[in-house]
Formats: sequence, structure tokens, C-alpha cells
Amino acid sequence: MIEIATPLTGAASTGEAVQFWILAVIAVAGALGMVLCRKAVHSALCLAGTMIALAVCYMAQGAVFLGVVQIVVYTGAIMMLFLFVVMLVGVSAEDTVKDALRGQRIAAVVAGLGFGVLLIAGIANAKLRTFTGVGAADAKAGGNVQGLAALIFTKYVWAFEVTGALLITAAIGAMVLTHRELTEERQTQRELAERRVRLGTQVTPLPAPGVYARHNAVDVPGLLPDGTPSELTVNPTLRARGQMRDVSGELVDRMGELEASTAGWLGRRTPKPRHSTELAEAPASAPAQAPASAPAPASAPDVEESE
Amino acid sequence: MDNLIPVLVGLPLAGAAVLLLGGRRLDRFGHWLGVLASTASFGVGLVLFFDMLSRSTAQRPAFEHLFTWVPVAGFQAQVGFQLDQLSVVFVLLITGVGSLIHLYSVGYMAHDERRRRFFGYLNLFLAAMLLLVLADNYLLLYVGWEGVGLASYLLIGFWQHKPSAATAAKKAFLVNRVGDIGLSVAIMLMFSTFGTFAFGPVFGAAHTASQGTLTGIGLMLLLAACGKSAQVPLQSWLGDAMEGPTPVSALIHAATMVTAGVYLITRSSAVFNLAPTAQLATVCVGAVTLLFGAIVGCAKDDIKKALAGSTMSQIGYMVMAAGLGPIGYVFAIMHLVTHGFFKAGLFLGAGSVMHGMNDEVDMRRYGGLRKHMPLTFVTFGLGYLAIIGFPGLSGYFSKDKIIEAAFAHGGTEGWILGTAALVGAAVTAFYMTRVMLMTFFGEKRWQPDAEGHEPHPHESPSTMGIPMVVLAVGSVGAGALFAWNSSFVKWLTPVTGHDEGHSPLSSWTVSGITFAVIALGVLVAWTMYGRQPVQATPPVGSLLTRAARRDLLQDDFNHVVLVGGGQHLTRFLVYLDAKGFDGVVNGIAAAVGGTSGRMRKLQNGYVRSYALSMFGGALVLVATTLLMRAV
Amino acid sequence: MNPVNYLYLAALLFTIGATGVLVRRNAIVLFMCVELMLNASNLALVTFSRLHGNLDGQIIAFFTMVVAAAEVVVGLAIIVSVFRTRHSASVDDTNLMKL
Repeated sequence: MIEIATPLTGAASTGEAVQFWILAVIAVAGALGMVLCRKAVHSALCLAGTMIALAVCYMAQGAVFLGVVQIVVYTGAIMMLFLFVVMLVGVSAEDTVKDALRGQRIAAVVAGLGFGVLLIAGIANAKLRTFTGVGAADAKAGGNVQGLAALIFTKYVWAFEVTGALLITAAIGAMVLTHRELTEERQTQRELAERRVRLGTQVTPLPAPGVYARHNAVDVPGLLPDGTPSELTVNPTLRARGQMRDVSGELVDRMGELEASTAGWLGRRTPKPRHSTELAEAPASAPAQAPASAPAPASAPDVEESE
Repeated sequence: MDNLIPVLVGLPLAGAAVLLLGGRRLDRFGHWLGVLASTASFGVGLVLFFDMLSRSTAQRPAFEHLFTWVPVAGFQAQVGFQLDQLSVVFVLLITGVGSLIHLYSVGYMAHDERRRRFFGYLNLFLAAMLLLVLADNYLLLYVGWEGVGLASYLLIGFWQHKPSAATAAKKAFLVNRVGDIGLSVAIMLMFSTFGTFAFGPVFGAAHTASQGTLTGIGLMLLLAACGKSAQVPLQSWLGDAMEGPTPVSALIHAATMVTAGVYLITRSSAVFNLAPTAQLATVCVGAVTLLFGAIVGCAKDDIKKALAGSTMSQIGYMVMAAGLGPIGYVFAIMHLVTHGFFKAGLFLGAGSVMHGMNDEVDMRRYGGLRKHMPLTFVTFGLGYLAIIGFPGLSGYFSKDKIIEAAFAHGGTEGWILGTAALVGAAVTAFYMTRVMLMTFFGEKRWQPDAEGHEPHPHESPSTMGIPMVVLAVGSVGAGALFAWNSSFVKWLTPVTGHDEGHSPLSSWTVSGITFAVIALGVLVAWTMYGRQPVQATPPVGSLLTRAARRDLLQDDFNHVVLVGGGQHLTRFLVYLDAKGFDGVVNGIAAAVGGTSGRMRKLQNGYVRSYALSMFGGALVLVATTLLMRAV
Repeated sequence: MNPVNYLYLAALLFTIGATGVLVRRNAIVLFMCVELMLNASNLALVTFSRLHGNLDGQIIAFFTMVVAAAEVVVGLAIIVSVFRTRHSASVDDTNLMKL
């Protein structure tokens, strides 16, 4: 069946068309990037890009206020909140390649494709060719913002109030959810010190990183007198994440070379660095283990103490 | 005068109530109270009998309506009594013989510490039996019927400390239940057919019912009679019922219980007369039982069991006679009464023998007792002569008439039945002579019992002697009294009807043949047990003898066919239940469980999996929406 | 150009977001996908507003944003709370409800 096409009214201008195609590519690329990136931080950044592109799309369609709000609220507030949580939960938390659910990925893609095809078919089927444009409505109210305001505080005032209640509820809910009740009294510094002395396993504070090494970065373990790295010197969180910097011989060598070249470049005379093999021998023969002096796990005495 | 009828039932019932509820304070004189209740009832019976005699034939039946038991629209169960010529005969037999047995029991049970209770049960037995014969409708009759069953259970199992007695009581009760089902079904059939179960209306309307219904009612009544009267195939309880005290055996066999079946058939003559098939079944049952009991009686060495076989056989005569229709009803009842006398006498005599022989029941341990127990010998001997049908004694008048009636039935059937009755008479003469010879004649064969006590045969006390004498007199004279001027026939004809029939053989011929076969039976018995000494240990015997010692394998038959069949049926049903029904149920459960187990995998706890399902749902929803729009 | 292309873009983004929800396991990324879906619907609403020539579509989009903001606040709080107890941000690890 051949239908005579309805003449298109309210068509976008060529400038808008060019802008659309650019923005569409950015938005879709961002969206795909968000889904495909394995690191949450990258996903967040991709999504931010998509949102900015969408904000411009809003503005192009006459929704200037919404475009601004999109940038301020979404990209400015929500996305930052996301990033904040990502940092809190763990930047490096990655999805494993292998999915625990068999067939989930394929089924999801198939369902997504089907859904997309259906939606696009539905939109195409609607044969939308008459776009009125919001210019007239804006003009009647004296501007886009004024128009929205008129609607929000008259027609949608009830929804607006309810939304306010929702926001308050959400804020309280977030506080309730993240609040943690203390199950035991917080120990003072004096008490902690007394306990250390009483246990006697590690009376002094834990050693700082970088001791006997040429770095003092937090993720570099300090070296013991025999050249073995001490895990104790690294923050437990980093240890748990496995983010301890490797202090193998090559690295030390490289650092040594770097220092030497720097010195040469600066024209400074420095003593020739010790050859790294002397250092590396020991760790190679005795694998990097916590030395005998390392404190025994303090958890068991801890329990006794707390009683 | 008619309002005395309930007193007949009430006296023994009150006696039973007082004796059973009165407790130990009645122990000293309770038995005399029981005898008094029974005798008083007999006295009332006599008064009513003479009162009835004084009226004209049409006026003789008396009715006494007590109250309406169940007054429901369309279902009116009345408690009413009917005393007609038939009932009064039974009343006099039951109370008369019953009173004598009561008196006898005073002596027989003298050493039993539960004697008061025994008399309570005896009174209860009499009351139930009287209720049975006095009821004017089948429902009330059923009450008495069940009461008899209960009382017999209590009395057979009176020595319940003996496992054999307890088992025998249970057996009697259970076998009787089979018969009771027949009676209850018959009553239901009557109610559904006639809308009532009172005698008068049912008999009046009997001709309106279809042949099939009448046959059904008749066969069900026959089943009931078989149960109570120990007829084949429900005969097995009677022999074991000997576990009860001997007076109980006498009571069951002579005056009550087994006569109930004959009463039921005779009372329902109006139904049976219209149902030839049921009548044929009745005569067959009677003839078979007659021979069955006689054969069993020949093989038993236990004196009571031999007499029990005899009872079965004699009741068989009565049932056969009752099945013959109007030719036989009167003679059935007549034989019942004369049998009541001589069988009660025989049992009391047997009890007396046992009493003197330290409760020994094996006849091979008796012998030569006539010198030690002259009174018992004489009374037992008179009973013996009466039962074998010695001319002039009561058995002669009643049994010969039945044989005559069997021949008069006509046709091939008549010849077969008559021959069977003659054979029965010969065998009866044989086994009764055997009992007589083994017990009272020959050499003494006593042996010390297990505890080493040598029995000292002695005559029983007078409380036991008097009833035996009275019963012996009855055994001798009752037949002649009834036969004189056909008084008994005339008396009962208004109730049961009477038909002389046309016998192919004359009355004298039958009597002659009967006497000849009886003489033959006596002669054979004398040859086997009189001329040569009786062995103290039973010989192996022929196959028939061995079978007869085992009651012609009745219990084996019941065990294999009924119990075995029942067990197989039960096993099959259990199997069906376990594999069939439970299989279906469990199968459904397993199927649901299995399906659920697989469905459960869908509920894997992964949010994304649920989200996928949701997304799939949305997909379907969108697709449907679009499709609906497109259409 | 026919502005209906904006709708196609919205549909595409929505689909990508939905697929992302199903594929990704990190709860935070999952949330981002939900946000993407909300944004896609917002774009559609704005386009509808242009189509019909009134501002109601924009109002709805505005409310959507507010609701999305509230949702993110609560959702992220839940994620933090779960992470604190289970030391994982993977939605697959929160499967205690299964049998």
C-alpha cells in the first residue's frame, strides 16, 4: 500500500540536523562505552559525556531550562555522587569477564535488540510528521522558564509538593541506610596503647612505608635490613586489594638507573649505586614473606580483650 | 390379662439388672433370685397360656402395645408384644426349660465364685429370647436377636480365663454377626418394599411384592436363621460353644438361641410360602446340616461335642421341616419343643457326668457309670430313647412326622429329602447309642487326672437331679401329649397353617422303615462299642472319621476360603492402596515436586536474572501493544 | 531533518541502558544504566513536548529528573550499605534470598 506522505511541518533546520548527528554519535558512543567499559570510573565518565550531549539536545529542542538542569543536576550532582561512591567502594572493582549466569549475556543482548527493533518500529509506524514546536507556548508565558514555572506552580503544584516530600524522604532514607550503630564503645588512644603494651606483640607503631627504601609512596613496602619487603608497612586496605607495589630487583634497578641518569644530567657526582643483585639475592632465595618479627594476627587476643 | 405380656420379658430382665448391678452383696442369694425371676416368668407364661386356652381360636392372639420407640414420619418403630399360639409355645419352652436349667445351675455352679454374674447372664439370655419371640415386629425381634447374641457371647466366654473359651465366644459372636447382617438386610428390604416391618402388615401385604423381593427377603431371613441356628454354612461356632459351662450349652441347644432361627422361619411363613426358591434353599440347608451334624456327632469323643453335633443335626431336621412349607411348620415346632426337653435332659445329664468325673469330657475315659450314677443314667437313657425316636417317646412323634412330611413334599425332592432324613435318623441312633454305651456301659476306663486325683463318680445334688427328672418326664410324655388328638397341630394351625400333604408312603410304612433304620443304627453301634471293649485311645479311623473329628474340616474351609480369601483381598487392597492410590498421589506429589525443583532453578537469587524476565515481559507487552494497534 | 530522529535516538539509548542493566554486575554501573534509561525517556518527553507544542512534556521530564535524583541518593546509599556488609558491589553476590 502506498501512502502519500504527509508534508513535514516543524522540521529541524540544517544546523540542528548537523548538530543532532554529531550529538547522536557522541551519545550512543557514550552509552555503549558505559556498558562496555570494565571499570566503573570509565563507565561514569562515558555516561557523563552522554548526558552532556543529551543536555544540548534538550536545548536544541527548545527545552533550555531542562538542558541547564540536566547539566547542573545530572552531570554536576548525580554523576559526581556516582564517582564519589565509585571511589568509596573501590575504583578497581571490575566485572569479571565470565558471567556467573549462563546465557544471561546472550539473552540480554537478544532481548535488547528485539526491544530496540520493536520500539523503533513503533515510532516509525506512528508516522509523526507534524511538529508544532514549543516556541508559541514559550512566547505565551514569556519564556521557557516562565512557562514551566507557570505550569509547575499551577497545574502540577500537587505533584511538585509530593516531589518535595519524596526528596526529603530520600535524604532521610540515605542517612538511615548509611548510618552505622556502634556496637561497642570506641577505644581511646590511651586504651589502644595500653593494649599494645599488654599484648606485647607489636609495641611500637607499625613501620612507615618506604623505610630503608628509596621511595616513600604509600603503596611501596619498606625494606627490612636484609632487603626483604615488609608487608606490615603498607596500609591494610591496599594490602587487601592487592595494590602493593612490586619491589622486585628490576624495579629497584630501574630506579637506581633513573637516579644515576638524573645525577649525570644534573652533573652531580653521586656515589655509584649499589648493584641491585646484592639486594635481590635475598628475596629471591627467601620469598617475600613477613619476617619472623612480624606480629602474629592480633584478632584472637583482640576478642579476649574486648570481653 | 394381656398387659401381663411385658412382665414375661420384664421379670428376667429385672433379674439380670439386679444381679449384674447389685454387686457382691447379692452373692449369697443371687442365684436364687435368678431362679425366682425365671420361674416367675414361667408362672406368668402359664397363666397367659391358660387364659389363652379359655378363649376361642380366633380370639387367642393377644397384642400389647407399649410405646412408640421411634416416632418419625413414615418410620414408626413400635415396641409392642404379640402373644399368639406360636409365641406361647416358645414362651413356655424358654421359661420352663430355662427355669429348670437355672435350678440345675444352682448346683452345677455352686463352686464358682462368679455364680451371681452367671445367673445375671442367664436371666439376660432368657429376657432377650423372650423379647425375640414376643415381638410384634421385626425391629423389636432384631433387638431380642442381638440380645441373644450378646448373652450367648457372655455365657460361652464365661470362663474367660481360658483362652479357648474367650476364642469360642468371639467366634460365636462373629459368626452370628454374619447371620445378623442377613436379618438387618431382610428388615431393610421389608421396609423399602412394604413401608413397615410389623408382622401383621408385612404378612398381609406379602402377596403384593414381587417374586424377586420375596425371594431376597426369604434368603436373607434364611441367612439369619443359619447364623443363630448353626446351620451350614454358619455352623462352625456351635461346637466351640461347648467351652461354656454345661448349663449354658443346655440352654443354647434346648431352649434358646438355636431355636431362634426355626422361630424366625416359622414366624415368616407368610413370606416363605410365597418364595419357593427360598424354601428350596431352606430345605437344602436343613438336609445338609442334618447329615453334617450327625456325621460330626459320630466321630467326637468329647461328650458335649457329640451332643453339639446332635443338636446341629436335630435343628437341621427342624429347618428342613420349616422349609417344607405348611406341611412341616407344625412339626418343626413340635420337634423343637420335644427336642428342647430331651436335649436339655441329655446336656444336663452330660453335665452331671462331668460333675462326677472331675470335669472330664472324654467319653473314652468314662465307661460303666450306670452303677455310680443311677439317676443320671435313667434320665439320660430316657432322653437317649427320645432322641433316637423310640416308639412312644416324644422324639418318635415329632421326628417321624418330619420324615413323613419330607416324603409328602412330593416328587424327586421329596424322595431325596425323605431319604436324607431317614439316613439322619439311622446315624442319630448310631451316635447316640455310641454315647450311651461309651459313657454308662462297659468297663470303667477312668484315669487319674493331671494332679493325680482319682475320680470318684457320684450322683449329683438334688438341685441338679430334680431338673433332670422333670426333663426326662417331658422327654417321655411331651410327644404323646402333643400327638394325642393332633392337639399340637390344631393349636398351631391358626398361625402357621397346616397341610397334610400326600405322602407316597403311608404313615405306618414310614414309621416302620424309620424304626428299622434306627434299629440298624443301634445295632451297628452296639457291635462297635458294646460287644467289644472301647479303646482308651481313639483309633486312627477312616478318612471320614478323621475329617469328622475336625468338624468335617469346617474350620479349615473357613480358614482357607474366608480368612485366606480375606487376607488375599486385604493384601491386594493394601497393594492397590500403596501402589495404586498412593502411587497416584505420590506420583502427583513427585511430579509437582520435580517440576517445582526445576522451576526453582528460575528463582536463582540473581537480580539480573529477574530483571531479564521482567524485560522479557516488557518486550512481550510492547509487541502485543504494537500488534493490537496494527490489527 | 525530521525531529522524530530524536525519538529514534531515545529508543536506542533506552535499549542500550536496558541491556546494560541486564549485562553488568557492578551495582554502580547498573545504576548508571538505569540513569541512562531515564535520560532516554527524558529526551523522548522533550521531543513529545516539541511535537505537541506545549510544555507539559518538559514538566514531566523535570519531575523525572527529581525522582531520578532521589532514586540515586537512596540507591547509592543502599549500595554503600551492602558494600559495607558484604565487601562487594556485585549484584550477583547479594543472592541471600534464593533457596
